[in-house]
Amino acid sequence: MTEQPRLINLENISKAYDGVTVLSDVNLYIRKNEFVTLLGPSGCGKTTTLRIIGGFENPTTGRVMFDGEDITQYPPYKRKVNTVFQKYALFPHLNVFENIAFGLKVAKRPKEEIKQKVDKMLALVNLRGYGKRSVDSLSGGQQQRIAIARALVNEPEVLLLDEPLGALDLKLRQEMQLELKRMQQMLGITFIFVTHDQEEALTMSDIIVVMKDGFIQQIGTPKDVYDEPKSAFVANFIGQSNIVRGVMVHDELVHFCGADFPCVDKGFGSDAPVDVLIRPEDLLIVGEDEGRLKGLVRSVLFKGVHYEMIIDSGEMRFKVHSTVMQPEGSVVGLDVIPFNIHIMRPMPPQSDITLEDEAE
Amino acid sequence: MNNMALPSWANWAMLLGLVAFIGMIALSIRRNRGVKRSLFAYPYGLWIVAFTLIPLLLIGYYAFTDRAGAFTLDNFKTFWDSNYEMHKQLIELGVNPADLGIARGNVNVDTLVYSLWMAFMCTLICLVMGYPAALFMADRSFKLGATLVILFIIPMWMNFLLRTIAWMSLLEDNGLINTLLTALGLPKMRLMYNSQAVLLGMVYNYLPFMVFPIYNSLAKQDRRLSEAAMDLGANSRLTFLKVTLPLSLPGVVSGITMVFMPSVTTFFIPRVLGGGNTEMFGDLIERTFLSADNWNVGSALSLIMMVLILMSLTLLRKADPEGEGSGTL
Repeated sequence: MTEQPRLINLENISKAYDGVTVLSDVNLYIRKNEFVTLLGPSGCGKTTTLRIIGGFENPTTGRVMFDGEDITQYPPYKRKVNTVFQKYALFPHLNVFENIAFGLKVAKRPKEEIKQKVDKMLALVNLRGYGKRSVDSLSGGQQQRIAIARALVNEPEVLLLDEPLGALDLKLRQEMQLELKRMQQMLGITFIFVTHDQEEALTMSDIIVVMKDGFIQQIGTPKDVYDEPKSAFVANFIGQSNIVRGVMVHDELVHFCGADFPCVDKGFGSDAPVDVLIRPEDLLIVGEDEGRLKGLVRSVLFKGVHYEMIIDSGEMRFKVHSTVMQPEGSVVGLDVIPFNIHIMRPMPPQSDITLEDEAE
Repeated sequence: MNNMALPSWANWAMLLGLVAFIGMIALSIRRNRGVKRSLFAYPYGLWIVAFTLIPLLLIGYYAFTDRAGAFTLDNFKTFWDSNYEMHKQLIELGVNPADLGIARGNVNVDTLVYSLWMAFMCTLICLVMGYPAALFMADRSFKLGATLVILFIIPMWMNFLLRTIAWMSLLEDNGLINTLLTALGLPKMRLMYNSQAVLLGMVYNYLPFMVFPIYNSLAKQDRRLSEAAMDLGANSRLTFLKVTLPLSLPGVVSGITMVFMPSVTTFFIPRVLGGGNTEMFGDLIERTFLSADNWNVGSALSLIMMVLILMSLTLLRKADPEGEGSGTL
C-alpha cells in the first residue's frame, strides 16, 4: 500500500473565518487507494479540511495539489472528487434513481449507460428495486447508501465522507463500517473519511490523521496512533489511557509512582521528565506484594467484556480493565510489562489541567 | 329589500354570540372549575360564521333573487348581456330590440376578460421581477440581502391608497417626472390614464406578495443541496436549474396565488391611475353595488369572480402536488 504514489497533497493549508483561525499550517499527503480518516473532537478543523479538498471552501493560505496539479482555485464541479455529505443532502424532489443518476445526467451520458450504471450502484449498496421510491420514504441507513451510491456512480478518484455514519444507530453503524471498507477495497478508490469516533477510525482506516484545534497532532496507522501516541491528547482521544508523570532514568528504564520500571523506549536522555502512558488493559493485577505498585480498589464497573476498576496507588489514580473482578476496598498489586509502557515527551502544563479534569 | 336590515341583523347575531360564549365559559367554570381549551376556539368560529359564512350565503341569496326576493337567473343573464334588462322591457312592450339596433351588451364580459388579462400580466411581471430579487435576498454571500428585505417591507407600512395616490403625483401631466422632463427641455409624456399605468400600480402594490413567499422557500433551502449538485458536476447554472429552482416552486406557486387573487379583484388603482378608461372587475362590482344600488347583479358578479378564482387556484394546486403553496388559500 505504501508503494502507491501520492494523489492529494495539502501544502501549508491555513484557514481563518473573520480572523478566527480554524486550520493552522496543515501539511498532509494522501496516497492512491488509501483509506484515510481525519479524526478529532468537534471544532478541530477536520470537516474544514475535507471541504477544502472538496472545493467548498478556499484556504486562506496554502495549496491543494491533486495528481501534481494545483486545484486550489477549482470549483467543486471541476474536481475528480465526490462527497457523501453529513445528513446525506439527497435531493428531495427527485426519486432514488434520479438522485443517483444526477451526476451522470449532468455529464450528459447516454440514457442506456445511465440506467446500467445506476442499477449496478443500487446492487452494490443492496438496494436493488428501490429506484422509483421517493427518498423521504427511506430509512436513515438506506438514505445513507443512496448518498454513497450517488457519489460513487461518477467513478471519482477520491470519495470524501463527512461523518456519514453519525446519524445511524450502533449496530447499523458497525455494519456500514464493514461495508464501506469492502466497497473501498473492491473499487480501489481513495476514501477520506471524517469522524469524531475513534473506534470507527481504528476499524476502517489505513491512515489516521488526529487533529486538534486546527493542528495535525499525529499521522499514522491505527496501530501507530494507538500503541505509540505522540502526545497525551492523542493517547486520551484514541482509547482510554492512564498518563503518569515520570522521569526517564536512562534508556529503557523509567521511574514513576515511586518505582523503577524497565521499558523499551530510548532516546529521551537521562533524568528527563516524561509522560508515561499505560492502557487500562495493560495494567496487570497481581497479588498484594507481588507487584511494583500497590493500590486500593476504589470502584468497580461491569462493562460487558471486562470490568473497569479504579485503583488508587499513592497520588495516582489508575483505570484498570480486567476480566477478573477485584472487590471494592481490597488492596491489590499492580504491574506492567516493559513492552506496554509508552513514553511520551511531556505535554505543556496547559493541557495538563484538562487531563486532570477528564480524570475526575 | 331594505339595506339597513343587514347591519342591525348582524349586530343582534354578534351580541347573541358573545352572550352565548360568555355563558358557556361561565357554565364550564361552574361545572369543572376550569375552562376547556377548545372553548377558546369558539370566538374564531363565530367570527368566521358572522363575517365569512353569512355574507357568502347572502351573496348567494342575492345573486339568485330579484329585487322582490323571487328566484331568478336574470342577474347572471345581465352579466352576459348588460342590455338584458332593456331587452326584457322592450319585449314586454312588444318591440323587437333588434329593430332598434340594440344588440347584446358585452361590457361586463369584456371587463372580466380585461381584468383576467391584467391580473395575468401583473402576476407574470411580478414573477419575472420578484424571483431574482428573492434570489438576491436569500443569498447569504450577498451582503445587501437584509437591506433588500427591509426595502421591500417599508412601503407596506404605508396605506395602499396613499401609495397609489403617490404614484399619481409622479405620473401626472404636471407631475414630478414630466416637470423634470420639461426642465431638461424634453417633451412631456402621457404617463397616466392608460393600462400601462394601471399595471405599474398593480405590480408596485403586489410585488412583495410575490417576493416574500419565494424568498422564504429559498432561504429555508438546505445549502448542502446546492453544494451536492456542484459536487456532482453541475456548474452554477445547472445547479440553479436542477436543484434551486425546482425546490423553490412551492414558493412560486404561493406567490402566484397571493398576487393573482388580489390582482383580479383590483379596484381603486384603475380608477386613480387609469382615469376611468380602464375599469376592472373589482370596480365594476363596487359600482354595481354602490352607484347602481343593484345588490342582486352585484352579488351575481361577485359569485362569478369567486368561481373563477377557485377554478384557477385548483389548477395551480394541480401544478403543486406537494400542496405547500395552497397553504395560503
